[in-house]
Amino acid sequence: MINLSIRFSRVWHRNFDVFVKYMYVSLIGNLGDPILYLVAMGFGLGTFLGTIEGVSYVQFLAPGIIVSAAMFAATYECTYMSFLKMIHLKTYDAIIVTPVNIEDVVVGDIVWGTSKALFSAGIVCVVVAACGLMHSAWALLLPLLILIVGFHFASLAMCVTSTCPNFDYYSYFFELFITPLFFFSGIFFPLTHFPPWLRLVAHCSPLTHAVELSRALIMGYPPPHAAISVSILIIPAIILFYVSIVRMKKRIIK
Amino acid sequence: MESIARARQLVKKYAHTVAVAGIDFEILENECFGFIGPNGAGKTTAMKMLYCFLPRTGGTLEVLGRDPSVHPELIKRDLGVIPQDTNLDTDLNVFENLTCYARYFGIPHAAASARAAELLDFVHLTEKRTSEIEELSSGMRRRLLIARGLINSPRLLILDEPTVGLDPQARHLIWNKLRELRAQNVTLILTTHYMDEAAELCDRVAVMDKGTILATGNPRELIRAHIGQEVLELNLTGIDPNAALAELRRLPVKVEASGQKLYIHCEDGRQVLHLLTESGYRHITRRPATLEDVFLTLTGRDLVD
Repeated sequence: MINLSIRFSRVWHRNFDVFVKYMYVSLIGNLGDPILYLVAMGFGLGTFLGTIEGVSYVQFLAPGIIVSAAMFAATYECTYMSFLKMIHLKTYDAIIVTPVNIEDVVVGDIVWGTSKALFSAGIVCVVVAACGLMHSAWALLLPLLILIVGFHFASLAMCVTSTCPNFDYYSYFFELFITPLFFFSGIFFPLTHFPPWLRLVAHCSPLTHAVELSRALIMGYPPPHAAISVSILIIPAIILFYVSIVRMKKRIIK
Repeated sequence: MESIARARQLVKKYAHTVAVAGIDFEILENECFGFIGPNGAGKTTAMKMLYCFLPRTGGTLEVLGRDPSVHPELIKRDLGVIPQDTNLDTDLNVFENLTCYARYFGIPHAAASARAAELLDFVHLTEKRTSEIEELSSGMRRRLLIARGLINSPRLLILDEPTVGLDPQARHLIWNKLRELRAQNVTLILTTHYMDEAAELCDRVAVMDKGTILATGNPRELIRAHIGQEVLELNLTGIDPNAALAELRRLPVKVEASGQKLYIHCEDGRQVLHLLTESGYRHITRRPATLEDVFLTLTGRDLVD
């Protein structure tokens, strides 16, 4: 039985307080990577590349960097950070003897991971806009896309956390899943030159769809298959969200 | 008096072990009730079922008039828990630990701050208000845990090994705080393997071993019923134990052997001591019977793994 309540917001609030306390430190961590990719790859490598799909390389790169920032932020919060609170700091144990139940704790952390995605990717959006790389008013829908991507990866990460025996396990998750997604979801190069079967595989990646949607919103053209893209992001997210609550509950309440 | 918690045939089973094997107890309002027993006796498991952390496998359980398996949050609202692990929030400072915990109970911010300040004063940590958790000694951390457990002004406070690992000063300070809480009509349930702590604080104790309750009662009454007034310890080094036992069998005493010692339970130690010294026995210690003797008699004097 799932016993979820609005009390999850109290867990979110706790994470928010800690975030505000260490704001400057986490700001560097959150911004470092995406900005580095944008500058090094976009402006550095990009100057040697000419145009891709009719746009400059940095213009091609930026939409993908935004959604990947959302993926990394949400994944990090609901893997390492949640695991730390669950196993090492026993924060979860302390919370669930209050009226906040375990379901609320798990949902509070997933919603927090989603918020963190919005924060991190939101700042990248601002940088991208400041560089003059936003070309359409549709880009105003980017926060919504970021929320969906954040929720998707936060739920997935929480599922992984529900079975994770130790920190090393996460390096497998990152190396075998998250990093390949990052490199093969059409962020750095178009998927058009992949053989058809590999293109199909790449289109199973939720990140590929997020990148396509992001690029369409920024450039102001209709996404190639919007309905499918949105479904591939949302439907698994709802399933993963549910499964993560059930599995975390099973893990903590023996 | 009103019943605060009641268990009938309470069971907790895991795949390969039975942690609690059908226990009965009733805890009344405004008493201090202790679960005592060796490690692995099932004390902590029983407590975790009481504070709605673990679901039970069998039997019935009622805490503050409700069943923990139905709407535990309604019970937890009036419950304070001080766990064995010091699980303070290390990302927050001393004061924030209390106000953040108050939020979990839905206490509004202003009321939470006032209550937090009051509790810091109660546990003598007012000067540490803005300290980080790593800067606190283990005694201070335990006091902060107690303050945290009181943030919602609970009717029932559950403490799992409240003084384990603390120096004598820190222990006595915590004992005093717990007595003050008793005076404020808070019901206390605690586990401990320090028998002096149980005798000092508890109105009633339940002696647990291997998942069952061996005896329940007031510490003094348990001592009187199971041991008597006094205990003589006879050191057996260089003595034939059988001869000593034969000698003692003529007296109105109960004898237990453990290691190199005989423990003689009796009502009047002076008389027995006199008889034994007349028969030439030396190295005898005479002392009042304690809860520790009850505990060791009931659970066996040998080391429990």
